[in-house]
Amino acid sequence: MSWHNTPIALMAKALAAKEVSSTELTQYFLGRIDAGKQWNAYLDVNAHLSLEQANKADQLLSSGKAGKLTGIPVAHKDVFVTRGWKSTAASKILAGYQSPFDATVVANLGIPDENNPHGAGMVCLGKTNMDEFAMGSSNENSAFGPVLNPWNSAHVAGGSSGGSAAAVAAGLAPIATGTDTGGSIRQPAAFCGLTGIKPSYGRVSRYGMIAYASSLDQAGPMGKTAEDCALLLSAMSSHDPRDSTSLADSGEDYGRYLNQNWKEGNTNPAKPLEGLRVGLPKEFFAEGLASDVAKSVNDAANLLQSLGATLVEVSLPKTKLSIPVYYVLAPAEASSNLSRFDGVRYGYRANEYRDLGDMYAKSRTEGFGSEVKRRIMIGTYVLCHGYYDAYYLQAQKIRRIIAADFQAVFNQCDVILGPVAPDVAWRLGEKSKDPVQMYLEDIYTLSTNLAGLPAMSVPCGFNANNLPIGMQLIGNYFSEARLLQVAHQYQQSCDWHLRQASEVA
Amino acid sequence: MQWEVVIGLETHAQLQTQSKIFSGASTRFGAAPNTQACAVDLALPGVLPVLNRQAVEHAIRFGLAVNAKISPASIFARKNYFYPDLPKGYQISQMEIPVVVGGQLEILVGDEVKVVQLTRAHMEEDAGKSVHEEGFTGPHGEPSSGIDLNRAGTPLLEIVTEPVMRSAAEAVAYAKALHGLVVWLGVCDGNMQEGSFRCDANVSVRPKGQAEFGTRCEIKNLNSFRFLEEAIQYEVRRQIELIEDGGIVVQETRLYDPDRGETRSMRSKEDANDYRYFPDPDLLPVVIDDAWIADVRSKMPALPVQLREEWQSEFGLSAYDAQLLTQDRDTAKVFEELLAIVGKPLAKAAANLIAGEFASSLNRAGIAMADAPLKAQHLAPLLTRVADGTISNKIAKDIFAILWGEAIAGKNISTVDQVIDAKGLKQISDSGAIETIIDQVLAANQKSVEEFRSGKEKAFNALVGQIMKASQGKANPGQVNELLRKKLA
Repeated sequence: MSWHNTPIALMAKALAAKEVSSTELTQYFLGRIDAGKQWNAYLDVNAHLSLEQANKADQLLSSGKAGKLTGIPVAHKDVFVTRGWKSTAASKILAGYQSPFDATVVANLGIPDENNPHGAGMVCLGKTNMDEFAMGSSNENSAFGPVLNPWNSAHVAGGSSGGSAAAVAAGLAPIATGTDTGGSIRQPAAFCGLTGIKPSYGRVSRYGMIAYASSLDQAGPMGKTAEDCALLLSAMSSHDPRDSTSLADSGEDYGRYLNQNWKEGNTNPAKPLEGLRVGLPKEFFAEGLASDVAKSVNDAANLLQSLGATLVEVSLPKTKLSIPVYYVLAPAEASSNLSRFDGVRYGYRANEYRDLGDMYAKSRTEGFGSEVKRRIMIGTYVLCHGYYDAYYLQAQKIRRIIAADFQAVFNQCDVILGPVAPDVAWRLGEKSKDPVQMYLEDIYTLSTNLAGLPAMSVPCGFNANNLPIGMQLIGNYFSEARLLQVAHQYQQSCDWHLRQASEVA
Repeated sequence: MQWEVVIGLETHAQLQTQSKIFSGASTRFGAAPNTQACAVDLALPGVLPVLNRQAVEHAIRFGLAVNAKISPASIFARKNYFYPDLPKGYQISQMEIPVVVGGQLEILVGDEVKVVQLTRAHMEEDAGKSVHEEGFTGPHGEPSSGIDLNRAGTPLLEIVTEPVMRSAAEAVAYAKALHGLVVWLGVCDGNMQEGSFRCDANVSVRPKGQAEFGTRCEIKNLNSFRFLEEAIQYEVRRQIELIEDGGIVVQETRLYDPDRGETRSMRSKEDANDYRYFPDPDLLPVVIDDAWIADVRSKMPALPVQLREEWQSEFGLSAYDAQLLTQDRDTAKVFEELLAIVGKPLAKAAANLIAGEFASSLNRAGIAMADAPLKAQHLAPLLTRVADGTISNKIAKDIFAILWGEAIAGKNISTVDQVIDAKGLKQISDSGAIETIIDQVLAANQKSVEEFRSGKEKAFNALVGQIMKASQGKANPGQVNELLRKKLA
């Protein structure tokens, strides 16, 4: 049985029917991880720990105490701290760091115990590679080497959750967690042909997520199908009293609308999306968008239309400003969030230094990679006395305008459709020389983080070189279940999401 | 040249809470280093702050007590700087919108009441402590300092005044009044040795009559009223001498060295950090609605100023006594308990007892009012027995001394009536018996009688003294006076 091609929704059925054990599944994926090191998708794997968890999951399964996801393996982005596995955020400054506690996301998905009675019972396969501290769009900024794209290993996997994307695309995990500060779930999902969702800000606890930009960071699932993402998101999200920005628990099953028609009372099986208004922002289809990406997204729009949806042209006039706004606010928060990595209490400390100031300078200079240092410097600059009003405050004002623009658009449509990124995965090294070129790749994803809205990446085609193309669905606050419904209905009418990555055996 | 001194104070009062302002770790003082620092206090990767509601309630309570505005939505900001005892690399504080805005505090300077305007009070977390001892080594064997993070994250309320004080004495009076108030309110334990209450003084001088302020220096971390006074006095002299010698005051932060009795420069304005304040994205605005304020208000103790006014007008207490009885909540409580037993007509006598014999005995023995071995129920009969004429004031004092001696020695404490009976201290109010004593004394003191009759009023008092002595203090002094006048008439 090729479990790596199996959505977790089906895997759960097989586990429940005792067709396979969690231990067998875990061994299967550990074997594939071992054989698939060329993608550099994982930073830490510990077969002993994984199998120990699988054994506990099997006990739960046999004692009838299993939940929907019990026994299914999952890979965690290395931005989540974990007991057992090292937690480094792909930075030299945290090389070898062991966390004494699990991130809330890890606990929510993990094996239940007395301290974590509601754990979903999933088995951790290991920690996935990423751009250092989640700063990057290609996963080339990892201190432990870039992640390669399983569709073409000369190309990047996208970032920052590139390891999670590659792991699922290469069949080294059935599903994975990611985080998205400016597109870090959606863009690597698009580059690797996966489905991923960044929920509304506050849905998923940030406790135990190594912070990049606190007001933008949000965790979410990356998997093969919308249905798989709905399953994982339902288990990941919770109200967490340890995260002041976490929302009250809605107790939602994000998959509840998957097999329903958009409009209640619509019984036409050929038009499940009747009544759905899909907004196409003209700024998302303007100059800079690769023509094959534009074509695939337009084809997807037409498919949604054929399923009953209405297409509406809308406008998000401040789209271009989302880049400078994001690259002021995110580095500002990052410069402060990363101050704790100072060589004093844990993590990397330089070998030789003259005094305290020198210890700080050398430890941080040697411990951080160049993109991280670039953003710390940008962030420090924009927060400085005399620049704060001109940069930080101004950016916050535009941030509010961007959020208001979305609300205006949601008067005209139910979901927004556009591309995830201007182009498909680029070649390794192609954009590394010019950071601004790289920043421009985030143009379609940043604004939803600035507004705190939920957004998805859904596979919608391939370019001429057989590299995946992703479309983006953006919904209003707390509309995750509706976004997943649209994506699921779309996936019932196409097979882009089921294609196997070309280099994967 | 006549100089005017301008002082503003910033006071850090540690808020009395079980746990830290953003974590669940204990705030208890004196534990072994780093045993009261959890993952949040250590700033481990992934941790987040969660605001302690009790700290906010204390801040509201303080704001209400000084008649300040409570901000409906105050904001926590990050103050960014690197220091080994600051684990996150930033301190969470409040910058643009503090929880308490404005307010004022009445102080007594000599006999004069002065109102000190407050600028603001904001919540923040304390840093940890660097420990410099021989023998600490780093991971590579290099000599190092130790860091104790037990204190990191302790909740503080920083209370800032306008530059309205004009002398070290005023600054000390303010600091004492503020200290009394925060302890009274129960928001701070006031322990200055442990650093629970410490002041920074902003000091400048200007020629009398000049409108603009002079350049100020900030003296940091003054943790006793004496150091506060000495530091300001030294700094004022230093600044005046500097200017009179043709120099200029440089804006800087200074430290007071109590051993040398002088302040010295710590860092200049040019070296000051750019703290890069910005709103902390990990924390929501602190929303305080009217219902919360009303709830805090309903749980607040009556303020000392309210009690003083009430007691002065209702019981006719002197300002001095009222001040003494409201110096702390325990003293006020003992007075109120005593009053509840003896009734309002004896309020003045109760005040005299608490503020007089009782307070000075406690003081001599070094016992806090809260730990007093004699309680209101022990003291009350002293007052009622004087009031009903059973004993005189003098005898009451003697009995108090007996009860106090028993209490201090840990013996069973007698009742007042037991002492009166056992020692035969009952006042003599039988005029026949008193007259007999008077006759005996007059017969033995003819010289005084003659002196009195020749116009020396003093001789009368001498005779009263003799009569009281002869009665072993038990004769009713009023009756003695009255009967003696008659006899000598």
